[in-house]
Amino acid sequence: MTYIWSAMIIISFISAGITGRMDETVNAMIGGTQTAVSTLISFAGAMCFWTGIMKIAENSGIADLLCRLISPVVKRLFPSAGEKARYYISMNLTADLLGMGNASTPMGMLASEELDRENKTPSRPSDDMCMLVVLNTTCFQLIPSTIIALRGAAGTSDPASIILPIWFASAVSVVVGVAAVKVMCFLSGRRARGGV
Amino acid sequence: MIYITPSIIMLIIIFALSRKKAVYSDFIDGAGSGLTLIKDIFPPLVAVLTAASMLRASGAMDAFISFLSPVTEKIGLPPEVMPLVMIRPISGSGAIGVLSEILNDYGADSMIGRLASVICGSTETTFYCIAVYFARTRARSVKRAVPCAIIGDIAGIGAALAAVRLLGL
Repeated sequence: MTYIWSAMIIISFISAGITGRMDETVNAMIGGTQTAVSTLISFAGAMCFWTGIMKIAENSGIADLLCRLISPVVKRLFPSAGEKARYYISMNLTADLLGMGNASTPMGMLASEELDRENKTPSRPSDDMCMLVVLNTTCFQLIPSTIIALRGAAGTSDPASIILPIWFASAVSVVVGVAAVKVMCFLSGRRARGGV
Repeated sequence: MIYITPSIIMLIIIFALSRKKAVYSDFIDGAGSGLTLIKDIFPPLVAVLTAASMLRASGAMDAFISFLSPVTEKIGLPPEVMPLVMIRPISGSGAIGVLSEILNDYGADSMIGRLASVICGSTETTFYCIAVYFARTRARSVKRAVPCAIIGDIAGIGAALAAVRLLGL
């Protein structure tokens, strides 16, 4: 981010010099900070509302229910993972689903440590570790609360109207990601058996 | 569409009530943790929104967009969402900043605004995620995970485009 951000600023000034829009650019710098404040303020209420609702969900035991629901899927996707690793993975994915970012990452790290312990070729990530990472990077979130809140702040009558397309796109990316991992595991497994 | 949010909220509250949970104090508790989140998001939001509006005002953004448009036009992706696509895998708060800039600039209900929202919601901070998850392991190469994650992301963006453009979801 250091380089990206610095480049954004420096390129802006250079480009402003070339196009002769230095005035506008300096104004935009001040304006940008104001936009940040106004976005945040109109966004704060909705955000707190959603974290409140998600907390109700979390404490109501929906998380445990979901965790139990997805555990057969986890078993299918991580055939060689142990009991403890599978538990962490289920918790990690449940937290992802519910958008509990601060619960998801620690669980995911515990899961990958556990998978690392089970890994027989430590310098090379195991199939299960790749699967865990890809499931997390393609990430399915049931209620994208930040985006709903941001859209509300930008002024729309129906900020949640993007939920269905988000579910659709997430589902596609999860399925494709999982398929990619499976294909890769199959290919590298075959190379390991056939070669050497 | 308008019924999705109400039904989710109703379901959660009724489920919690049926289990005799302290719904109100849970809500207050959670809303409080939202404040921490907002506090964390504010500094990067200032950084990214400022830089993004400078890029736009200086004309660099337009140059960048018209530079990319021949390529993105071929896949049907509006070049206006490219800044989001590029920052999304690297920084979560950066993506929030860019998304909010897009929403403010083009409108939340515009095709570009909707597409940007869907892309942001269906993808993750891929590179950050890979770094964090492999950080505590003994694995030395992440070569195997990266292509799969990127394939998943590209599929997600494609699906987002299809959902917003073709299916009209």
